[in-house]
Amino acid sequence: MSLLSEVLTGGIRGGTSIEYAALGESVSERAGVVNLGTEGSMLMGALAAYAVASRSGHPWLGVLGAAIAGGLLALVHAYFVLSRKANQLATGLVVLFLGLGLTSLFGVDYVQALAPTFRPIALPGLSRIPFLGGIAFKQDPLVYMSYVTVPVMWWFIFRSRWGVLLRAAGERSEVLTTHGHRVIPIQYISVVVGGMFAGIGGAHLSIAYTKSWFENMTQGRGFVAVAVVMFAARQPFKVAAGAYLFGAALALSPALQARGYGINQFALDAIPYVVTILVLVALGKRRSGEIPEGLSKVFEAPTLG
Amino acid sequence: MNIRRLAAFAAATIMIAACGSNNSDSATTKAPAASTAGSTAGSTAASGGTASATAPGKGATTIGFIFVGPKDDFGYNQAAYAGSQAVAKAHPDIKVLTAENVPEDDNATRVMEKMIADGATIIFATSYGHLDPALKVAAEHPEVAIVQQGNFIKGTIAANVGTYFGTVYEPVFLAGIAAGAATTSNKLGYVYAFPIPQTIANINAFELGAKLVNPKAETYVVNTSSWCDPAKQAEAASSLFAQGVDVITQHQDCTATITKAAEEAGKKVVGYHADASSLAPNGWVTGSEWAWADVYNDIVDTTVAGGFTGSKYNANYRVGYKDGKNPFVQSKYGPSVTDATKAKIADELKVISTTGSPFTGPILAQDGSTLFAAGDAPAYADIESKNTAFVQGVVGAIPAG
Repeated sequence: MSLLSEVLTGGIRGGTSIEYAALGESVSERAGVVNLGTEGSMLMGALAAYAVASRSGHPWLGVLGAAIAGGLLALVHAYFVLSRKANQLATGLVVLFLGLGLTSLFGVDYVQALAPTFRPIALPGLSRIPFLGGIAFKQDPLVYMSYVTVPVMWWFIFRSRWGVLLRAAGERSEVLTTHGHRVIPIQYISVVVGGMFAGIGGAHLSIAYTKSWFENMTQGRGFVAVAVVMFAARQPFKVAAGAYLFGAALALSPALQARGYGINQFALDAIPYVVTILVLVALGKRRSGEIPEGLSKVFEAPTLG
Repeated sequence: MNIRRLAAFAAATIMIAACGSNNSDSATTKAPAASTAGSTAGSTAASGGTASATAPGKGATTIGFIFVGPKDDFGYNQAAYAGSQAVAKAHPDIKVLTAENVPEDDNATRVMEKMIADGATIIFATSYGHLDPALKVAAEHPEVAIVQQGNFIKGTIAANVGTYFGTVYEPVFLAGIAAGAATTSNKLGYVYAFPIPQTIANINAFELGAKLVNPKAETYVVNTSSWCDPAKQAEAASSLFAQGVDVITQHQDCTATITKAAEEAGKKVVGYHADASSLAPNGWVTGSEWAWADVYNDIVDTTVAGGFTGSKYNANYRVGYKDGKNPFVQSKYGPSVTDATKAKIADELKVISTTGSPFTGPILAQDGSTLFAAGDAPAYADIESKNTAFVQGVVGAIPAG
């Protein structure tokens, strides 16, 4: 396998968990709520997927369990942010620690457990496409599901009636109120859906990519997802590209090392972050008008006194 | 990517947010829970000047163990935890404190200080990077004996500290023989965390063992810069398999991911830290695993009796097959290992248990320079410090920096 195709294959494989989490966070942020607890929802999803798959014998039930677990943790975030008006960033971090603690506590039994997992499947026809087929169409089922999820989410956000409500909740909530819609329920749903996607991202990590559960196995990928969302301006296609880019940069290090190249370890470790930031900044062409107004409020200094 | 650094950052952020915001509520008050055992312990009464009159750790009633990871990682920390429980069982009158997930930084200092405040006078700091915090705490508490697992104290060794370890490269060398016999592509894979001397010695011993039975065997190395990042492990295994590697091994704290990856890819796997043969019923070759109970108990008994200072544990203690009780032992064989290979390994075990060593010279480094001269049979204490480069047959470079 050539270095390029190996890195791109690894990019999709390794980027998928981040992609799901970042797609979910895009929905949440479109509705005006940043969720730094995404990492926690991923962990909840990773454990739930492994535990449910292990107990039931069905990896797809594991994915369902992951979505529910990730969504439940996001519900905690939604409650404090939306119903109790807590600071979004602070609450998100608290929710992360809640997820980290809960999964450490309940994950003990599953470190040594076996579970049925997803395996790569070569799609008939598509996998024979020269170059691209081997990269994109010899992956696991959750990767294929992500291929469908991205355009569907784009359509949902930019073309559907729900998408209008979603974006209005984040950008001009007064308009929604004027038209007789209630903003808070829309935001609640968006945050929970965001957590569900993060949970599925965690599921990819545990029952498709690594085939194991381990405490804190996300290792900061939830934060990478949040960063990807910000740089990719909450656009599903750019989010997917950013996630794959990060995955590819991560895959570069072992691919080079396995070929016997000696490269500075710390430089290799920094590549994923540097590349992702540089490309997304160049690709993002951010205009402040694109940021949902509800989000910019988060970053305004609180009025004292 | 270190979550514990993030935790510290997060705690600070939350405090700032809680101060600056009018609508902070009960959610933010959960934050302090993140810093477990983080409260700086006040100096203990016992640390007053009179302490130096008694031997460190003498008559200990409480012993502390700190682990860098969780106690159920199917690997290094699990084995160390099992050792701590063996100490508790063998010494029912001694209280055993344990702390998991202790980072290799100032947090370790704080956790050890807390244990001392709670009465501990013997502390086992069980991760490589716990050495610096351990030395710092030991300097302030001469009455406490602190032993560190796996690192190496350079220069003068104070009266109340020491390091201990098994000669891990010995069973790794034996497993390398099995790997060299098992490979058909002549390519072996080694996933490791950091290029520390212990790991370099392991990789070299593995390759030397393989070459003993298969002169064409080469070992391809990939590091992950983490003791446990399953996603990086999965990618490392995938890259090695793509290069034709058909027997893989690792030096990681959590070992399940690579073991399962090998089994699923139809490759063979040599274990480390724990018997993971149940995860790879077909691909399991052999491996090495920990049995710490005897060493831990002997350290405790020696110290409690007041004999720590000047003992073999008040040094960089390495115990191997020559002493008859290496705490790092060979795991059971998998189905594919032939009787001839088992006999060869038994022979080599006899050699390294008597006068020999996996590192009996001449051994050349990758660049052709001499690593161990002809006739050189290095002592246990010198082996890690002499493994400064990969041996010939290892493919890959020791990362700079």
